[in-house]
Amino acid sequence: MAAAIPARIIDNYKYNLDIFPEEDVRKVVDKIGVYERRFADENTCSSDLCYAAAEKLLQDNGIDRNEIDLLVFLSHTPDYRMPATAYLLQDRLGLPKTCMSFDINLGCAGYEYALGVVYAMMQNHGLRKALLLNGETGSRAYSRKDRRVAFIFADAGTATLVERGEQFRESWFSMNSDGSRADLIMAPAGGYRKMSSADTVQERVVDEYGNMRSEEHGYMKGEDVFNFVIIEVPKDIKRLMKEANEDIQAMDYYVFHQANAFINKHVAKKLKLDPDKIPWTIQKYGNTSSVSVPLTIVSELKDRLQGKKKLMLSAFGMGMAWGTAIVPFADCRISDIVEVENGQPVGK
Amino acid sequence: MNLDIFISHFSELFDETPASEISATTAFHNLDEFSSLTALSIIAMIDEQYEVTLKGDDIRRAITVEDLFNIVKERRG
Repeated sequence: MAAAIPARIIDNYKYNLDIFPEEDVRKVVDKIGVYERRFADENTCSSDLCYAAAEKLLQDNGIDRNEIDLLVFLSHTPDYRMPATAYLLQDRLGLPKTCMSFDINLGCAGYEYALGVVYAMMQNHGLRKALLLNGETGSRAYSRKDRRVAFIFADAGTATLVERGEQFRESWFSMNSDGSRADLIMAPAGGYRKMSSADTVQERVVDEYGNMRSEEHGYMKGEDVFNFVIIEVPKDIKRLMKEANEDIQAMDYYVFHQANAFINKHVAKKLKLDPDKIPWTIQKYGNTSSVSVPLTIVSELKDRLQGKKKLMLSAFGMGMAWGTAIVPFADCRISDIVEVENGQPVGK
Repeated sequence: MNLDIFISHFSELFDETPASEISATTAFHNLDEFSSLTALSIIAMIDEQYEVTLKGDDIRRAITVEDLFNIVKERRG
């Protein structure tokens, strides 16, 4: 696995002081526990972050690109509305034309979903190696004048190489959806239901707190998202553990989607998990949507995954979608994190 | 369920508002310190203490602390 982050660091205590009072900013930042974030510059897209991560992974591990039979690009922030970004990455990475490539369009729960899809395809289609690229530039998707979202989201990209082998044991996935709550996190305009126009980019005051955004910006109904998470996520985790006949306390690590520190701490406490087994990156990388699970593994478990380890992955968000996975790791090799500027790895 | 204990849990969620300013009849949305972040803390506290999970709408509908207490009491059955 490998990860790439933008070189530009945002100090959250100093962010948006031209819009909100310093005291308000401090309160929000302390509550959500996001102190620093990485924002892509105008020449860097999700695909550039994924490209940098993938190059690092392929080079560090001496992977023969001709053996990659599947490329999946997971993102809500693709390069273009069409075509799928996976094709641009297939070419840029020099992968063979025999490589099957497609995008998966999913929010925060995406990594579990995409990993499940890749695992299933690897099992049934005789594929040799698969590359799962997961990138987001959430910094561009939300309004900086809307304090409900302005301090949370950030940018990153990761690359995960999946291959088959006797050393890996059984994996378990639980993936769920509830479209009746699709309006809890949404960007209403800019798709084909409500196409972009002069009106949809107009910023307006949207609530009694004076928060402003346009219809092209994502919004989040925080209280209802929190309600959804604390009901559904612990339930799903317990259900999967039971089905897999696993003891939740026997997992080596619990990697949660880094939503915000407040939500994550509440879920961990509810499940009575050992805090030493829960890696965190929310404080330095913010909420990078679906990227936060693999980014947290790369950032925090680099030297802790030698031998055989069993990880529980849990993610939840837009859709609403949520998923739990029990994934055995065997001598997982993790590269150092790469920084990206102007669409290229720094120092290249 | 005891109203005084509920009020005491509720008051603990506020850093700057003295507990003496919070009673059963307090219209909590009007407190200076109240924000959407406080709403999250209220949901978390009620989930932890009373095992009831409120929605954003429940918080919006409740005017006083006692209104909230009554919603939780009713849900607990």
